Amino acid sequence: MSVTEYLSARGKIPLVFLLAAPLLSAAEAAQAIVIVADTRKLHGLRAWWGNLYNDSHLHFTLMTIVLIPLAGVILGTLADLVMGRLGIDLKSRALREG
Amino acid sequence: MDWLYVLMPVAGIKILWPGLLILGLGVGIIGGFFGMGGAWMVTPGLNILGFPMAFAIGTDITHMAGKSLISTMRHARFGNVDYKLSCIMILGTICGVEVGARNIMWLERIGKVDAYVRYGYLVLLTLIAWMVFADVHKRRKKDMEARAAGRALDPLATGLDFSKKLQRLNIPPMVTFKRAGVRCSAWLPIGIALFTGWLAGVLGIGGGLIRMPSLIYLIGCPTHVAVGTDLFEVAISGLYGAATYGFKGRAELFAAFIMLLGAAVGAQIGTVATKYVKGYAIRVYFGLAVVGCGISVLLKLIGASYAAVKPATDLMATILILGLVTALSLFIVLNFVRGVREERKAVKEHLAHV
Repeated sequence: MSVTEYLSARGKIPLVFLLAAPLLSAAEAAQAIVIVADTRKLHGLRAWWGNLYNDSHLHFTLMTIVLIPLAGVILGTLADLVMGRLGIDLKSRALREG
Repeated sequence: MDWLYVLMPVAGIKILWPGLLILGLGVGIIGGFFGMGGAWMVTPGLNILGFPMAFAIGTDITHMAGKSLISTMRHARFGNVDYKLSCIMILGTICGVEVGARNIMWLERIGKVDAYVRYGYLVLLTLIAWMVFADVHKRRKKDMEARAAGRALDPLATGLDFSKKLQRLNIPPMVTFKRAGVRCSAWLPIGIALFTGWLAGVLGIGGGLIRMPSLIYLIGCPTHVAVGTDLFEVAISGLYGAATYGFKGRAELFAAFIMLLGAAVGAQIGTVATKYVKGYAIRVYFGLAVVGCGISVLLKLIGASYAAVKPATDLMATILILGLVTALSLFIVLNFVRGVREERKAVKEHLAHV
């Protein structure tokens, strides 16, 4: 129930609230705006991801902060393996400024 | 050509995926080499590819966490990461960023945010560029003096040495950072992290652009250690950024993944290239990147003041940033290729003698 509906139901709408009613309604409407992912054209993994965002922002956030470092470690390790085949020393370097 | 575009699940827009891949590769190379997240390059790039600004920032920060982790892993194997220093600084950075963000909210309320931030950014970039080139000039002078006196300059010698004066501050507790080879009061890195974090919060950037030179000039880290240590911090702060932007629905993980594929290769190239380049060469190219970044901010300021020239200055700023990214990436890749060739040749020659 919105603030204006609550006050109307109790029959207590002082002049100040009557004047402020459109503003209050606008504020409530603005607060109610939620960006929703349009998953109608999506399939498979992307549809699941879009739905996860729509269902719970918290789960979506947790998945993001788990998946990003995980992807970083996996891709970093793979790139490391490729670099290892170049035949260069990848464990030490000379520290020189000039 | 529809296969070149991928529909983003949260943003609901179609994006050219090879563009994301190339952007990831470029920022991976530059970030791994200079030790920064590179938000100043990626955010306009993502914006050009079609992301609205809020999504561009959120997606950039999300990919930054993964990319910096890849670079940190490689730098750590070279011994370039001082975890103790990084962990101490993270606390200060987070507090500083929070205070900076609150200051921005206040500036927004009084309607001065855009102008103050842009002018502040410009002053800061000018200061960093001056510091880098004054340092390079002073070191060159020392080198010439040493040669004239018939002796060789210490390979770790620097031009400007503010850090030595700051390290003399004897406020307990005193701490030793082994990797960085620095002993100083714990309050020095905490204070610097608070200040650089505050600046990053006020300017709305990741902070690598400020923290990397601060680690060199104020704490006294060798260039390579400053690069590795800063990247570890960028990875942690990027993760925090990914969480906040993800919760607000402004992080597009699919785009971040595509960028990471390019960044995984780029970060390795950029990081390994530091092995073949002297610390002062890294400083000079970092200085040039700062100058380019400063000119692009100046162009934006001109555009904001004179509406008639805005489209032209915005276009020039974008071309400048993309040109800078391409030129720096090519320079780093060339150094990497040359270094690998020379090292492999030396190994072969060594084996032939054995």
